[in-house]
Parts: sequence; structure tokens; C-alpha cells
Amino acid sequence: MRFTRLAVVAMAAVSLLAAGCGDSDSSKGGGDSVAGFTPPKIPALKSLGPGEGQVNLVAWAGYAEDGSNDKSVDWVHPFEKATGCKVNTKIAGTSDEMVNLMKTGQYDAVSASGDASLRLIAAGSVAPVNTNLVPNYKDIFSGLKMKPWNSVNGVAYGIPHGRGANLLMWRTDKVKPAPDSWGVVFDANSPYKGHITAYDSPIYIADAALYLSATQPSLGIKDPYALDQKQFDAAVNLLKQQKNNVGEYWSDYLKSQQSFKSGDTVLGTTWQVIANGLTADKVPVETTLPKEGSTGWSDTWMVAAKAQHPNCAYKWMDWIVSPKANAQVAEWFGEAPSNSKACAETSDKKFCDTFHAADEPYWNKVHYWNTPISQCLDGRKNVKCVDYAKWTQAWTQIKG
Amino acid sequence: MMSVTSPGGPVRRFAGLLHRRPSIRLAGLLSVPLLWLVIAYLGSLAALFVTAFWTTNEFTGDVVKVFDLGNFQDLVNESVYRTITLRSVGVAAAVTVIDSLVAFPMAFYMAKIASPRAQRWLVIAVLTPLWAGYLVKAYAWRIMFSGSGVLDWFLSPVGGHGPGYGLPATTVTLAYLWLPYMILPIYAGLERLPNSLLDAAGDLGARSFRTFRTVVWPTVFPAVVAGSIFTFSLSLGDYIAVRIVGGRSQLIGNVVYDNVGTANNLPFAAAVATIPVAIMVIYLLAVRRTGALENL
Amino acid sequence: MNLSRGTRIALRVAMIVGLAIIYVPLFVVLINSFNADKTFAWPPTHVTGEWWSRAWQNGGVRSALWTSVKAGLGATAVACVLGTMAAFAVQRYRFFGRETVSLLVILPIALPGIVTGIALNNAFRTVLSPLGIQLGLFTVIVGHATFCIVTIYNNVLARLRRLGTNVEEASADLGADTFQTFRYVTFPLLRSALLAGGLLSFALSFDEIIVTTFTAGAGVETLPIWIFNNLFRPNQAPIVNVVAAALIVLSVVPVYIAQRISGDTRAI
Repeated sequence: MRFTRLAVVAMAAVSLLAAGCGDSDSSKGGGDSVAGFTPPKIPALKSLGPGEGQVNLVAWAGYAEDGSNDKSVDWVHPFEKATGCKVNTKIAGTSDEMVNLMKTGQYDAVSASGDASLRLIAAGSVAPVNTNLVPNYKDIFSGLKMKPWNSVNGVAYGIPHGRGANLLMWRTDKVKPAPDSWGVVFDANSPYKGHITAYDSPIYIADAALYLSATQPSLGIKDPYALDQKQFDAAVNLLKQQKNNVGEYWSDYLKSQQSFKSGDTVLGTTWQVIANGLTADKVPVETTLPKEGSTGWSDTWMVAAKAQHPNCAYKWMDWIVSPKANAQVAEWFGEAPSNSKACAETSDKKFCDTFHAADEPYWNKVHYWNTPISQCLDGRKNVKCVDYAKWTQAWTQIKG
Repeated sequence: MMSVTSPGGPVRRFAGLLHRRPSIRLAGLLSVPLLWLVIAYLGSLAALFVTAFWTTNEFTGDVVKVFDLGNFQDLVNESVYRTITLRSVGVAAAVTVIDSLVAFPMAFYMAKIASPRAQRWLVIAVLTPLWAGYLVKAYAWRIMFSGSGVLDWFLSPVGGHGPGYGLPATTVTLAYLWLPYMILPIYAGLERLPNSLLDAAGDLGARSFRTFRTVVWPTVFPAVVAGSIFTFSLSLGDYIAVRIVGGRSQLIGNVVYDNVGTANNLPFAAAVATIPVAIMVIYLLAVRRTGALENL
Repeated sequence: MNLSRGTRIALRVAMIVGLAIIYVPLFVVLINSFNADKTFAWPPTHVTGEWWSRAWQNGGVRSALWTSVKAGLGATAVACVLGTMAAFAVQRYRFFGRETVSLLVILPIALPGIVTGIALNNAFRTVLSPLGIQLGLFTVIVGHATFCIVTIYNNVLARLRRLGTNVEEASADLGADTFQTFRYVTFPLLRSALLAGGLLSFALSFDEIIVTTFTAGAGVETLPIWIFNNLFRPNQAPIVNVVAAALIVLSVVPVYIAQRISGDTRAI
């Protein structure tokens, strides 16, 4: 269920009590950012034993493909062959479902998004990960290691899977000059009225907040996921004004691609994979990461605290970030791989370049999706921030 | 049932008991369906609506069981929910009207004019789209309404163009999706209407329209209402079609879905859900007298 | 029947136009299943059979189809039993609250799917999870059966009303017990009504997506859910058109067979 899933990944990269994580320039890893949050003491696996013959995974659709959707897309069977661990996958539709499934204790590993990941850690559902037992961990981009959503107090809790950014896309034949700022989608007098698109989820409010943080410094927005009432109202008003120019909100891959192709939409947010599909179909589009930066997502593989098949779970985590498998999953799902060596394995040799896989300055401009809670994520103690339930209700108001 | 042949066996004795005591028979017949519908279904609904008075813990996502009217206050105070409710009811009503107007002549033709052989094929023809898949049909309409889509392709030679995405497109798409559910009850209702009655009306000199008004309509009205229960309620609860062809608009189903699906705010979703439920219950009570409930 | 010529022609035209409206979008689907463009750009510029061969090799769609058939048959079976029992009770007995039963049976289909969906989801999770039962195919069947009961109930009710009680009384007079009467007398008379109701019930279940979304376990993928997932996967959307086109063609078979067996179009 891709749109549900993304709506929820929208809430991703939690760091419920983490401070400053939205501002990637200032985040120095997990250790300093988690105040007042002590996870249950669960030991990490010390050494790797023989496989248990099977492993039960909870994963997003597209993360554990076994060829049943497309014969050529299969990194599960090679894993089973190589390790003797049979893979049983439960596809989860939402982060809440992931959290609930992991609570049952029937599963060994989970591809958690940010919000799920810290909740899982706090609930004691997942154990710290001994990264020494994951040989491929060393090749993972440092920009993804020990982040507030996959580590607590300097202890790693997961293996980064991949990441993506929400980009600005436009039809080069219809939009001139080429934009370099989100201002073009928020312009009240836009010449592209009725042909602008925006992501259909409450989390899109963060995009408006990000734009305001650059254009209205007086509001003092430091983290687009930590908005006090005044900042929040400003973002909501900007979106209400934008609504008049929006042709349609998009929430899924096909809808976005169709409307850019037909010209119903000429300008708006997108994912790299959509842009690639359009370019392959010879639609004149271009994307950019605007100067204000953008929002994005990042997922993490975690191992269950009470895993019945811990050895196979570790083998799976190592497998899914191994260069070949990581390249396959990244290409199938349309995201940047987490393993630096995956770039040599992609079938499209330019894949990593188009997805900026190794481009750390690029990712420094990306504010990974986070769950807004009333305790401000940017560390402010003197105000209350607006939580995600209120974001959702505001989104209803924006759409009217 | 293997022991039915052995007279005096336990089954036979039990059957005898049932025969003598109708109340036991009745209890046996009613208990299972009622257990299912009252406990499993109404129980679930009741449990849902109780949560409407609760709130959620934003961190764990767990429901906090403290009585609180805040959800309903939000619903009443924010004008946006009234707007969305009215819009949803409007769309559902429009879908129902369109469907009855399209369905009636078709059902009439099927039931009263077509030969028995043609009748069979027409029923199949009307039922077939039910198997094509909701999403596939909705996307087919997305292609129809697209700026460079099928409708514009047809209309552009005569200088017209389609309405584009939005509420009209949503209404048409929903009307299309639920049309078979309107045709079938009306067809069944007309089938029950004896031809001789129509002929008698004709013989007595009634013109087509008069026959329709005095003979056909009173008999078929409950069937139309029965169909409208389908079209109205299915439209009222929809949140997917509007995402596909609705452009930037939203209906009440979206509000419920957004709150429960992405925000995990079940209490508020439950509060919003009381609106369509109240509307439907009122609607059902209002049409109960027409006998429509037996015509579904 | 005597209708004026004009009325007849008008009705015939309405029928043709109606069928055209029903089938134009389905033809668009069919044509698009050969459209080389991945996002179904209109009009198609290139034709390809690639989607059909890819769909043929797709294992996911076959298992989803099978899941849907199991869910539909399971829900229909439950609905047949419950719907028939309720119809008998209402048609053959007088009791307090009799009028309410009809309303109760209709409620699950009359209330918006999303309400039924989240209510059942909430109940399943709070009641079944502590018992160790997770959402799965079973919960889908329970959810579907709930709103399918009405189709059986109404068909059986209408049939019982038409039959009256004479034959059953005759059977009892001849010494048959309650079960024998049902098995050898009543049931055969109800069969076509059950078939018609069952067919509609199966169709309802087969194309249901909203309640399914909320009651399906994480690993359960019915065909509509498969379609939902695949429409939103890169490059999978054209295959969905193929599946839909194939289903439209295949659907004629069960409907036609059911029509032949029942020989009674009235009951549908």
C-alpha cells in the first residue's frame, strides 16, 4: 500500500524526544540528542552462530521481493540459497502496524521508519545491533550511521537501508525560467495556477515550514517538524493560499506520473523515481533540490529483542545492505542505496548519480521526515509545539 | 445429516422436539445471526463510538481512556467539517439521482421489453463490470477525464472539453461504479410487476406516462429506494475515488481515513465517523416504511 | 406488452446508451492493456503484448486471485447460513423485534465501508490479539460475511414469502421431520434464490477494498489489495490493466453458469 506507507513514512524518522535532528548540519549523531529517554537494557548479540533455517520479517512493500511480482526482481531466493534461511515476509501497511506486529514477538527483523524505530526501541521490542556482526556495515554512508532515529546514546539500533528526498519537478517546456526555489509553488500570483501539485499528506506542512524558515526568518523556524502555534499557523496559511493554485494533490506514483505526462500538472513536489520514469518516457521534466533544502525519508533494519532466529536475522540485515542486494532494492523501490559499494552493482550505471547516493552535501540539505510531538524537537523548552494529530486536522482544513 | 434415516435416533428426537416447540426452533434460527450481527458488528460499532469520547497519547499512539468531549467540540466548531459533510451528502445525493435516472429505463427495458433470452444476456452485461475491479475502473475514468484524455479526445473536434478533475468527475466516477447496484433492484422490482397490470392500464386507456405514474412507479419506488441505499451509502463512505479523480477536493471518508490511517488518531476518526453513520441511520429509518429494506 | 412505439424506441435507445456508458471505460482498460506507454497516455501510440506476458509470469497475481476466491467463497458460505437462518426466522415466525431484524441485517452494507472497516479493525485488535489471533484471511472473511448477509437474506426472504408454507406442511403431514423437510423440500426450492444471492455476495466480496484494507492481516493480499499495491509500484501499473481485462472476460463464465443453473433471473 504505497500511499499509506508513504503517508506514514511521512511521519518517519521519529526521534520523538530527540533534539535538533531535523537540522542535519547540527546533528552530531545519536548520542547528544536524546534527552530523558532511557531504553530498556537489552544486550546485543555477541557472536554469530549457525543459521536457524528461517527468518520472519516485517517489511515495507518492495523491500523483500521474492520474484512473485516480477521474475527479475528477486533478492530473497538468492539469500535463502546462500544462507539456508527461509524468508517469511509480512508486508506492513503502516508504522503502527509494524510496531504492533513486533510486539507479538513472532518476528525477527523489521524495516522500520523513523517514528516506528524509536517507539520500538523505547518499548523494548528491538535490541541494539552489534554492527561488528554485519560486515557490510562498514560500507554504509557515514551520513546515515548513528542518527537520532537509529541509535540511542551512542548505541546502534539498526542498519540503514536507504533514503530519498522530496524534490521540485517541472515541465521544462511549460515552466520558464527553471526554478531553483520552492517559492515558485507557493507564489500567490503564480502563472501556473491550476497546474501545481503538492503531496497529499499532513506532513507536507513541513515543506511549507521549511520554505518559511528561509523566507521569513522572523518566525524563527529551525526545524520544520518542531513548530509552535505561531509558526504552524503561518505554514498552514501559506498552504491555504497555495491551495487556490493547486490542480490536484498527489499521493501515489502513478497519479503523479500521469498528470505530469498529460500536462495537467507542470510543477510541484516529486520523488526521483517518478522523474526517472517520466524521463524514460521522453517527457520533458527536470528536478532540483531547491536552495531552501527539502524534506525526505530514511528507513532502518532492526532486530527483535526476542528474536527466535537472531542469526538468520543478522544474516538478512547483512544481505540487504550488501552491495548487490542493496542496489537491487534501491533500484526497484526508487531510493538512494545505503551501501556505498552498491553503486557499482546497479543495472543502470548512472543510478547513484541520479539519486545522489554519495552526495553528502546534498543530503545535508534534506530534513528527514519526523513525527511532530508537543515537546519541541528543536530543543525549545519554553513553548509547546503542535503535534501530528493537529497537523492532520489542519491538513483537512487546508484542503477545505 | 447421516442419521436422518434412522428413526428414533437422537437427530430425529431432536427434530421432534423442534417440531413441538416453535420457540426453540425460533431461538435456534435467530441466535447465530443475531449473535453475529449484534455482538460482533454492533458491538464493534459501539466500541468504536465510545473511543470518540477518548483521546490518544501522542507518543505511544495508545488510546487514553478519559472522557473528553474535545473531539466533538472540534467537529462542531470548525466550519470545515460542516462544509465537507454537506459536500459529501451532495455528491452522494447526486450520484443517487444520476444512477436512478440512468438505471430506470435500462431496468425497464430489461424486464419488460427484452426477450427472455436477451434478458439473460443483459443481466450478464450489466453485472460484468462488477468484476473489473474498483480501482481499475476508477483509473479508467482518470484517463477519461485527463486534460489529454479520452473525453477531450472525443470532444475537442466539436470544440468542447471535459470537466477535468474535481467534484463533477468524482460524481460521475462514483455513479459509474455503483450503477449495477441500482439497476439490479429496480430490475427485480419490475420483474415482480405483472405484465397484465400494465396491459390492463393500457386497455383502460392510460397513456404511457399515466401508466408509469399510477401503476409502475408505486410498485417500483421501494426498489429505487433500495438501490439508493447502496449508491448513497457507498458514495458517502468512499475515499479512494476522490483521491484518483477528485483533483484537490476531499470528502468525509478522506477525513476519517486521514485521521485513522496516517495520524493514528482513532478517537477523532470515530468522532468524524458518527456523521455518516447518523446520516445513514436517519435515511434508513425514513425509508423503512416504503418497504425498501426488503428489496435490496 | 403494449407500449407506444415511441416509448419502446426511447427505451431501446436508453438501454444502448446505458450499455455504452458501462462499456466505454472497460474498453479503455482493454486497449490500455496493450498500450506501450507505462502511464496509459491517450491515445496509445504504440501497441505491445509485453504486459500480457509479464502478467502471465506474475506469481503474485495468481496467489492474490486465489486469496480473493477463498475470501469470497468463505464469506458467501457464512452469509448463506446466517442469511437463510435469519430469513426463516423473520418469514415464518412472529416475535418481538421482528421488524428490527431487517434493519440490522442491512446496517453493515448501508453504513459506509470505512466505518465498518475501522470498527472491525478496532474490535479485532482489542479482542482477538490477546487470544493470539492476528488479522488474517479469517478476519477478512468475517468482515465480508457481515455485509454479505443481506444479499442472501433478502433473496431467501422473498422466495419464502412466495412459497408459502403449504409444501412444508404437506411434508410434515407425510411424516418428515424438521430436518428432512428442510433438506428434501425447502432447500431445493430455495436453491436458485441462494445461488442468486450468493453470486451477488461473492461479487461484493470480490471487489471490496475498503473493509478489506482494515481487516486483512499483513500477509493477506486479496486481488483488489494486490491491484492497489501494484498501481503504486513503479512500472507495475500496466499489468493491472491486463489483470482487469482478463477478469472482465473471465467473469462472464461464473455469471453465465449461475444464470443457467438458476434459470431464474428474477431472483438476482
